[in-house]
Amino acid sequence: MEKHLNLTLQVWRQKNAQDPGGFKNYEAKGISTEMSFLEMLDVVNEGIIKKGEAPITFDHDCREGICGACGMVINGRPHGLRERTTACQLHMRSFNDGDVITLEPWRASAFPVLRDLLVDRSSFDRIIAAGGFISAPTGSAQDANCLPIPKDNADRAMDAAACIGCGACVAACPNASAMLFVGAKVSHLGLLPQGQPERTSRALDMVAQMDAEGFGTCTNHGECEASCPKGISLDNIAMLNRDYLKASLTYRPEVESGGF
Amino acid sequence: MKREASFLNSSIGMKVIMAITGIMLVGFVVGHMAGNLQIYLPAHDGVRPLDDYAVFLRTMLHGGGIWIARGGLIVATALHVWAAVRLTKMNRDARPVAYHAPVYKASTLASRTMRVSGAILAIFVVFHILHFTVGKFTPFEEGKVYQNVVTGFQVPWVSGFYILAMLCLASHLRHGIWSLMQTLGFNHPRYNDLRLKLATAITALVVLVNISFPLAVLFGYVKLS
Repeated sequence: MEKHLNLTLQVWRQKNAQDPGGFKNYEAKGISTEMSFLEMLDVVNEGIIKKGEAPITFDHDCREGICGACGMVINGRPHGLRERTTACQLHMRSFNDGDVITLEPWRASAFPVLRDLLVDRSSFDRIIAAGGFISAPTGSAQDANCLPIPKDNADRAMDAAACIGCGACVAACPNASAMLFVGAKVSHLGLLPQGQPERTSRALDMVAQMDAEGFGTCTNHGECEASCPKGISLDNIAMLNRDYLKASLTYRPEVESGGF
Repeated sequence: MKREASFLNSSIGMKVIMAITGIMLVGFVVGHMAGNLQIYLPAHDGVRPLDDYAVFLRTMLHGGGIWIARGGLIVATALHVWAAVRLTKMNRDARPVAYHAPVYKASTLASRTMRVSGAILAIFVVFHILHFTVGKFTPFEEGKVYQNVVTGFQVPWVSGFYILAMLCLASHLRHGIWSLMQTLGFNHPRYNDLRLKLATAITALVVLVNISFPLAVLFGYVKLS
């Protein structure tokens, strides 16, 4: 049953990275329960534009929960309180008439706020560039099934690969740690034969980049897993720790020539 | 980048230091608790087993054993605190602007207050050493361990502080034991349930036995002569 809601939005407004920013209240009247959360923001923004003010800036792209572009802290929780749901897949039927909804950007020094609810997540791209890749021949295709992969490994790699890199794990972590994101990438590639050649350097280089970006450290709260729209498991962090420890103990430094 | 040098400066390297020193400290609290259980043993020929045990601790390996143990504990504690301070600073810097009203779904009060419970435990350790090793705060006689414990715990505020510290230890230990297994990569679907059970069991054993000492003295079950 479609209903209409009158809501109060308490929105973080910040002109640019230098602006200290602050909360501003907006009324959202006659919002249909059939709308998605981002559609509701579109309606509010139309009203703001008509008044000649700058609309609320937020990141979004596919609006079907698979691209990882959208994301804001809704009532103290990344992507809102609904489990395994991105902000774009959150619907207004999850709210009640008269609700006050607080909207904030991801809070992390590695995710600087560009404007309002929009943050710069290129630190994730730099972590991927540091080691989140495999070396693959680009010539003719290999024979199908020439690389046997245990079903269990394929499933776990697929579960880890479900990470859309939205950054909710960082936003939810009381320490703003990116361990779940990095853990998902390391597990995703490390569980498959194609990921083995770079397995050692991957763990070392991605963690080094993660630390250099200024993310916090893991204290095993589990908030990341609870807020992940794709349900990425904490098991991936343990696998990252294992790979990193093993790599640190067995890494062979580069030598000028010869040697073994 | 020099990879060899980076391990001890990396976030995971620091966490591994926390975990390994944590294992050493867990081993100590379990051993300390087990040794202290001798307070419940009756006197033999007028000698308290607890006093005898204290003599053994001070004389084993020609008196060197206790200093080896003390040295190990001092190094472990110092590294644990040093790593905690560095990691805490990294975490504070990682979130310069706090959320308006964060909502927690998975973390526990224990996991979010590790720094508070840890700081209280550090204060307690200093108090405990001044109390039963140096001999401050309550009547003290060198070598009369049983007697010192009983007269010490007969003071309600002293017993109260020990019990409070043990509740902090419970909070710190349960999350710490589970967390160190995750940090060292001990994660497997067949054993994951066991990790939390093991953490709870060790914590319950250490803390309940330790709390029983001041309570036994306060309620007169353990008394002088």
